[in-house]
Amino acid sequence: MTRPLLRTNGLCKSFGGIVATDHVELDILPGIIHAIIGPNGAGKTTLIAQISGALKPDAGQIEFNGHDITSLSSSRRAQLGLARSFQVTSVFMPMTVLENVMLAVQGADGHSYRFWRPVHKDSEMLEKSMGYLQQVGLADRARHLAAEISHGEQRQLEISMALAMKPRLLLLDEPMAGMGLEESSRMIRFLAKLREQTTILLIEHDMDAVFSLADTLSVLVHGSVIATGTVKNIRANPEVQRAYLGEEHA
Amino acid sequence: MDWSLLLTQLMNGLQLGLLLFLLASGLTLIFGIMDFINLSHGSFYMIGAYFCGSIVARGGSFLVAVLVALVGMFIVGALIERVIARRLYRADHLDHVLATFGLILIFDAIVHIVWGPSGMAIPLPAILDGQVTLGSLVLPTYRLVIISGGLLVAAILSVLVTRSRLGMMIRAGASNRTMAEALGVNIHKLFLIVFAIGATMSGFAGMLIAPITEASIGMGNDIIIIAFVVVIVGGIGSIKGAFHASILIGLIDTLGRSYLDDLLKIFMSLDYAETAAPALSAMLVYILMAVVLAFRPQGLFPPAGIRA
Amino acid sequence: MTAWFPSSISGRCYCVLLVLLAVAPWIFQWTDQPFLLDLLSRGLILAIAATSLNLIMGYGGMVSLGHAAFIGIGAYCVGIPAYYDLYNGWFHLGLTIVVSAVFALLAGAVSLRTRGVYFIMITLAFSQMVYFAFVSLEEYGGDDGLVIYLRSEFPDFLTMQGPVALYYWIFATLLLTLFLVHRLVRARFGRVIAGAKHNEQRMQSLGFDTYRYRLTCYVISGVTCGLAGMLLGNFTGFISPEMMSWIRSGELIFMVVMGGSGFLFGPLVGTGAFVILEQYLPEFMKFLNPSWLEYWHLPFGLLLVLLVLFGKGGIHGMLSKLDSRTRQSDR
Repeated sequence: MTRPLLRTNGLCKSFGGIVATDHVELDILPGIIHAIIGPNGAGKTTLIAQISGALKPDAGQIEFNGHDITSLSSSRRAQLGLARSFQVTSVFMPMTVLENVMLAVQGADGHSYRFWRPVHKDSEMLEKSMGYLQQVGLADRARHLAAEISHGEQRQLEISMALAMKPRLLLLDEPMAGMGLEESSRMIRFLAKLREQTTILLIEHDMDAVFSLADTLSVLVHGSVIATGTVKNIRANPEVQRAYLGEEHA
Repeated sequence: MDWSLLLTQLMNGLQLGLLLFLLASGLTLIFGIMDFINLSHGSFYMIGAYFCGSIVARGGSFLVAVLVALVGMFIVGALIERVIARRLYRADHLDHVLATFGLILIFDAIVHIVWGPSGMAIPLPAILDGQVTLGSLVLPTYRLVIISGGLLVAAILSVLVTRSRLGMMIRAGASNRTMAEALGVNIHKLFLIVFAIGATMSGFAGMLIAPITEASIGMGNDIIIIAFVVVIVGGIGSIKGAFHASILIGLIDTLGRSYLDDLLKIFMSLDYAETAAPALSAMLVYILMAVVLAFRPQGLFPPAGIRA
Repeated sequence: MTAWFPSSISGRCYCVLLVLLAVAPWIFQWTDQPFLLDLLSRGLILAIAATSLNLIMGYGGMVSLGHAAFIGIGAYCVGIPAYYDLYNGWFHLGLTIVVSAVFALLAGAVSLRTRGVYFIMITLAFSQMVYFAFVSLEEYGGDDGLVIYLRSEFPDFLTMQGPVALYYWIFATLLLTLFLVHRLVRARFGRVIAGAKHNEQRMQSLGFDTYRYRLTCYVISGVTCGLAGMLLGNFTGFISPEMMSWIRSGELIFMVVMGGSGFLFGPLVGTGAFVILEQYLPEFMKFLNPSWLEYWHLPFGLLLVLLVLFGKGGIHGMLSKLDSRTRQSDR
């Protein structure tokens, strides 16, 4: 049995009286796409925020690659190889597409206490960054401002920045949010190819996308994981159907 | 220990605290509801003093002067809101700082043009000018007037905010502006009223203090900074916080100035304590604010509904 | 983009400006206007301070309403040793750098835990602390300040004695500051600062410990501003806590925004505008009506309000509009 890349152990988080994460136990195995689904308000984004370090859990541990990262800041976690994309597009709008990716490449390089050499003359970094842009098909947009490109392209840029971090684990928070049909299917094909490069923890509303991409599925309801398994198992699971799928078909 | 001195200092601290509250309550509402940093809120303090002073100088009684000047302040506040402040709410904080900094210069210059460069003394009516004996304590009558005036306004404001419809809208606006708008609050009107009330209270503070210090150009520019400290320490948008923080800071500042050297002498040499005490006591309120911001940035009494 | 001479109108303007500043003392000597050299020296000192504020405010989004504290610290790092007859320039310089850096580190470490309006207020609080500390230091003049009888002493080839020598000290420091900021914001470090201005959470998710980068930036800015204070102390020969009142910090913000926040030459141009207004607006008012001399704050305040309401981008912004217009007509 392979050791999990990411493991959460009894993770709990509540706001006021509302329990958003309730003793979540998750094992994310390396090399797969693991999707988390659940109805609105199930606590998916809260869970991602705790894994990425944006929120501190009330109780429980998060283990990444064998290390306890529960008390590490989000920047330390990113340096260890935990990259994320955001549900709300958060690329740097006033910068060019290329500058956006260059920042991510810089982040992956470790520290940036370099005060003198202009980045735009750093040909190694330029090349690397263009490489990542080519990978997502944004190379011809490199010199445009991030604010000028389409929403779908911004989502791609977001993912290309996460990839430039050379992550061991990629947290994707609804990468298809707000995308058109065609853009979504292009994204699905792209993500499918990524499986060879990195492990992905995917949160997504689009069921077609989840069912076609995920190797493993976890279902989150009211802050706790009610089932984990393959797509086939989950589809057949009566509890899941009642709690989640049934709701949607009703 | 000299107990009557301590008691006098406590009354001084209370007086300063209540004056601060008159400034800070308006400031915190404007800050909390409109998200507007108004550095020129202290100018209302100055203008109030000059309004009141000119009416007294023309033979009006002090009480009438205060009442008329209060109406005048409400009009001035409403005017500034309509003409300038309203256009700035959506701008960023840097723009607020700059524009209201400009307003301070404008107000100072206008006062200079209208009333001349020297200050304006405001004589008190004989009835307020005496002293009151409370047990072993002798206090100036007017000090009690300031304290009761401040407490009265605090009480009115507290009833207004907790009991009236306007107060409900204010509370809704301070904790969640978008929600208040969605609930059908006329936000423009609310802003206008809040701003004008804030200006009136700031002006009232100026009128109260002017008979002691006289009205002078730039008199609001120092106290406004302490009022901001109050707003931050109390929690932006919270009237209750502004009240507690005002009293706290009034007391800390007053007591610090008179007792800090004694305190320091306990653990340092006499010479050193006498040099350090004035510096430290002047810094106390700012140190308090830095500590609050560092450990409890939402303030000591944040308004309900604002998440930390 | 030719490397040696900028192609844009604004770039050319700034080049000409620097050349003019370099030869200004000769022009003023030739035309016998020592007063103008004084005015220019003061302006350039403030420009150094404003440029340092631009680094954190314009490029880093950290709006400080307490930057004048560093001017005061620098000035007192000359004044207090001078009070004890210590005039060694290297000592003054070293003391300024160390004290401003330590203060920036302490104040920054606390302030940078906060954001936005809280940052504005906490920087204000720290500068008020310094202000009141010096007000109550009776030994060094308290409220009334200190007179510095002699300038910092440096070896002959670096001397500050005489107005022209001091002017070149100031000019050289300004050039160094501009060059430093120019390199800094384009280097990796500067990109992190720019990114954190826009979206700090995103920067953290890219692995940047933004707090430490911002703190470093704050310290660099504070030390630079401290140097401006050291020069100001030498220039005026009289220092007082008033140099670091919050009104002065407000004026520094004005200088940056007036010229164009986040542009290299913005603060220099804005300071120029400020100094000219401060000097000639009173005379202009007097020209309109002799009794109006003292009312110059009125048009100045109006200008500030109008700048905020209508003048986005400051003077640099207007120049760049000119650039884009000519570029369009080139096509």
